[in-house]
Amino acid sequence: MSSRDSIFADLRKSLGRTESLGADKVAELQQRSDVAREDERPQVSGDLIERFVVKLTAGAGTVTRVRDASEVPRAVEQYLEEHQLPPKMVAASNGLVGSIRWPDGFQVEHRPASRDDRVSVTGAIAAVAETGTIVVSSDNESPTTLNFLPDDHIAVIETGQLRTHLEDVWSALREADEMPRAVNFISGPSKTADVEQTLALGAHGPRRLHVIMVG
Amino acid sequence: MKAVDKPASTENPSPSVGLFVTCLVDLFRPNVGFAALDLLEQAGARVDVPQAQVCCGQPAFNTGDEKGTKAIAQGVIAAFEHFDYVVAPSGSCAGMIREHYPVLFAQDPKWSGRAEAVADKTWELISFLNDVMGVDDISASLDGNYTYHDSCSGLRELGISHQPRNLLSAVRGLSCSEMKDSNVCCGFGGTFCVKYPDISERMVNDKIRNAVDSGADYLLGGDMGCLMNIAGKLSRDKVDLQVYHVAEVLADRTDVSPIAGRTPEQRTRSEDS
Amino acid sequence: MQPVSREFKIHSSKALLDEKLSAALARTQDGFGGQRAAAVEALPEFQKIRERALRIKNHTLEHLDYYLEKFEREVQAAGGHVHWARTPEEGRKIILDLCEQAEARTVIKGKSMVSEEMALNPALEASDIEVVETDLGEYIIQLAKEPPSHIIAPAIHKTREQITELFSENHAQYGLTEPVTEVADIVHEARTVLREKFINADVGITGANFLVAESGSTVLVTNEGNGDLSSTLPKMHIITAGLEKVVPTFDDLSTMLRLLARSATGQEFSVYTSVFTGPKRNTDQDGPEELHIVLLDNGRTEMLGNEFREMLRCIRCGSCLNHCPVYGSVGGHAYGWVYSGPMGSVLTPLMVGLGEAADLPNACTLNGRCEEVCPMSIPLPRMLRALRVRQFEEKLVGSRVRASLGAWTWLATKPRLYQAVTGLGMKMLARLGRKNGSIRSLPLAGGWTQARDLPAPEGETFMQAWARQNRNRGARQ
Repeated sequence: MSSRDSIFADLRKSLGRTESLGADKVAELQQRSDVAREDERPQVSGDLIERFVVKLTAGAGTVTRVRDASEVPRAVEQYLEEHQLPPKMVAASNGLVGSIRWPDGFQVEHRPASRDDRVSVTGAIAAVAETGTIVVSSDNESPTTLNFLPDDHIAVIETGQLRTHLEDVWSALREADEMPRAVNFISGPSKTADVEQTLALGAHGPRRLHVIMVG
Repeated sequence: MKAVDKPASTENPSPSVGLFVTCLVDLFRPNVGFAALDLLEQAGARVDVPQAQVCCGQPAFNTGDEKGTKAIAQGVIAAFEHFDYVVAPSGSCAGMIREHYPVLFAQDPKWSGRAEAVADKTWELISFLNDVMGVDDISASLDGNYTYHDSCSGLRELGISHQPRNLLSAVRGLSCSEMKDSNVCCGFGGTFCVKYPDISERMVNDKIRNAVDSGADYLLGGDMGCLMNIAGKLSRDKVDLQVYHVAEVLADRTDVSPIAGRTPEQRTRSEDS
Repeated sequence: MQPVSREFKIHSSKALLDEKLSAALARTQDGFGGQRAAAVEALPEFQKIRERALRIKNHTLEHLDYYLEKFEREVQAAGGHVHWARTPEEGRKIILDLCEQAEARTVIKGKSMVSEEMALNPALEASDIEVVETDLGEYIIQLAKEPPSHIIAPAIHKTREQITELFSENHAQYGLTEPVTEVADIVHEARTVLREKFINADVGITGANFLVAESGSTVLVTNEGNGDLSSTLPKMHIITAGLEKVVPTFDDLSTMLRLLARSATGQEFSVYTSVFTGPKRNTDQDGPEELHIVLLDNGRTEMLGNEFREMLRCIRCGSCLNHCPVYGSVGGHAYGWVYSGPMGSVLTPLMVGLGEAADLPNACTLNGRCEEVCPMSIPLPRMLRALRVRQFEEKLVGSRVRASLGAWTWLATKPRLYQAVTGLGMKMLARLGRKNGSIRSLPLAGGWTQARDLPAPEGETFMQAWARQNRNRGARQ
C-alpha cells in the first residue's frame, strides 16, 4: 500500500468510516458556503480610505494621495527626491502603472527585479481597508520579485480598488479563470523582531513600502 | 468556564448547605473551615459538615489514576447529594466536583446522573456568598492593604475574580492594592510543586516579588494549596507579608497567626527581645 | 532533531540558573503577552471570530479525508505535486529525492516546524547540500547549531551580545571585519549575506500556515519576506506541512488569519500573507518551475481518532508558550524536542513516544492559562491530564508514586480511619512547628521543603474541632 493510501485508510479509520464520503455528503460539502457574518469580522466603519491609511501607516508603510493618474509620476519623483534615490526603476507593465508616461530622464525597465534594483513600482489587484493591506498578484506583466527584492517598493492603487474585508478580495479572485501563482498580501515594509524583540525594518524584503493612492 | 447561573433558590432564604471542608483546611487551617461556617450561617444557610468526607480526589485525578479518583468521588457524591448546595472554601476542590466529576462519570450510567446533580449544586464559598446568597453585608474589619492572588482553578474553571474583591471591599479599614500578574499561577499545582521543586520555586518567587511590589500588608487568596505554597516560601525567605484565606478576613477571624508572615504585634515582640 | 526530552529535569534545572535566559524569557512573555492582550482588547469581535474558527476547524477535521483529496486534486490541476509522508523518515526521503532531481547544491529555507519534525537539515547536509535558514531567528540558531526555543521566535533565548559574537565568528568568510552590535546592523548584515544565498539557491523549502482545499493553494505568513524570496527565486519550491493544516475555503482562511497574528505577536495582520497556487505559469517571468507539497502525518491521523483530535486545531501561533509560567521559567530547549510549552508537552509525547517524554505532561500546574489564550480553544490541560492517565495505565508512573497515591486513595475512602490517623499526625506536626510557626524540613517531604517551609498546622484538625464543638453545641441547644 502506498503511503498515500495508508494515510487515507488511517484517516477514515479515525473518522469511523471505511470508505470515502457518499455522493450526497460530497454534494453537500461542495455546496458549503460559510462566510463570516458581519459580527464575525472586525467592524470597519467610517471612511474606507482613512481606515486603510491608518492601518497601513501603523505598519510603517507610507501613503501619498493624488487626484488622478497624471499626478503619479510627480508623486514618484517626489518620493525619490525625498529619499535621495536616482530615477531608475524596475516596474510592472500592467494596468495603470503600465500606462504611465514617465518624465524624461527616468529609466524605467519592465522585467523581474534583480539584486541590484533599488526601486520598484507595481500596481495592485486590490487593497483591504480592514488590515491596511495591498494585494499584488503575479502575472506576466507583474513579476513577484518586484514586490520583494528592491529596497523601495512603490505601489500605485486606485481608491476604487479598496475593499472592506479580506472576504471581498477572495470573491474578486474567484471570478478570474484561475488563481495566479502568487497573491501577495502586503501590509508594510519587511520587519523582524528576532533580535531581543526589538523591531527592525528591511529584514529581507523592502525596507520601505510607499503607496500612491489615486482618486 | 461555566457561566455563573443565577441562584436556583433565592426563594429559599435558608437552603441546606453541606460544607466540604477540603483536606488542607481540615488538616492545616481549621480556622478557614470555621470562617466558612460563620459566613454561611450569617448568610442564612443551614450548614452541616458530613463526617464522611476527606478529599475531592484531585491528587489521584491529576496523577492519571482514574480508578482511584472515581472511588474517592463516589464517596463525596454519596456524602453530599442530599444537600441543596455543596460549598467548599477552595476553587480547585469546588472546580473538581463541578467541572470534572461529570466528565469522569460520563460513561457510567449508574453514576453520571448523580455526579451531574452534585456538580450542579457545588459552589466555591466566596462565589456562593456573592452570587447565590447575594451577601453584601460584611461585619469584619482589618487595617491595611491587601493584594489578591487569583488561584487558577477558581479563576478559570469557575470564573472567580470579582467576587472576593467585591466582598473584601466591605471590610472596614481594608483597601486593595493589586499586584502584577495576579492571575498567573503561583507554582503550586498539587504534586507539581514536589515533582518539579525548582521550577515551582521560580514561579513562587515571581509571585512573591509581585506581591511585595504591590506594597500590600496582606496577601489573600481562596485556595489553601496556593496559600501554603506562597506562605511556605515567604516563611523560608523571612518576608513579612501576612497570608490569610479570604474567608478568614471576611469572617473577622484574623485574630490567629497568619498562615505566614508575622502580625505587627509579633514583629514588635521579636524586635523587643 | 533527536528528542532529548528524557532529560527535561536536567535541562530545566540548568535553564533556571541561566540569568540571561530568564531575562529573555521575561521580555518575550511580557512583550508578546502584552501585545496580544492589547490586540484582543482592540477587537470586540474577537470572541465571535474565535468561535467561528472553532466551528471551521471542527468541520474540517470531521471531513479531513474529503478536504485533503480536494486539496490534492486542485494542486495537481494547478500543475503542482502532492507527496504523502507517513513518518519523518519518509518526508526526508521525498525531499532528498526531489533535491537530487533538481541537482541541488544549495537549499534556502523559510521557517518550517514540520521540517524540524523531519530533522531535515542534517539529512540534507549529509548529502552535501548546503542548507541556509533565512528567517533571521532561524538563521541565528543555525549559526549557533541549536534547535529553536520558540515556535515563532526561535532565537529569543539569544542576547544581542551572543548574536554579535556568532556573526563575528561566522561572517568573517563573507568579509565581515567589525563586530555588528546594533540590531539594525545585525539585520543588515544578515540581509546582505542571505541575499546572495537566495539568488544562488537551487531549491527553496518553506512551511505553510494553511492549505486551502478550494484552490489547492498554500498560505505562508511572515514578517520578513524571507518565505517569499525562498518560494520565488529558486527553480524548485518545496512546501512542508502537517496534513491538519487544510481549511476548506478562502473565506475560512480569513477567519484563521484574523486570529493568527493577533495571538502570536499581537499584530493585527502580519506583513506578508502569501498565497501560492501551482508553479510558474508559462507566461510568468519569475517563480519556481516546480512546486512540490510534502504532507506529513507523523501521528496526526491517529490523533484524529482519539482524545487528542482537538490538538489538530493548533495553528502554531505560540500563544500558549507566551502565557505558560513553566515555559516562562525554563524556556523552550528544556522540552527537548521541536515543540515546547503546553502545545509541545502534548505533541511531543504523541509524536516521539510517551516513554521518551514522560516529564512533559507532568511539568505543568494545570493552571489553564494556555487554554484561555488559545485562539483555537484547545483544551490543553485536559489533554495533558489525558496523557497522565495513559502514563498511569501503561505503568509509566514510578512505583513509589503509585504506592503513596494508592495509600492515600485507600485512606481517603475510609473517612473514620483517615480522621483518626490525620488527627494524630497533625498533632505531631503542630508540635514540630510550634516554635517558628513553620517547619523547615520534614522526612519524605523534601520536594516541598527544598524551597519552602511547611506552614505548621493548628494542631487539632477541623473535623476533630467540629466534632468537639458540635457536642458542645448539642449540649447548649
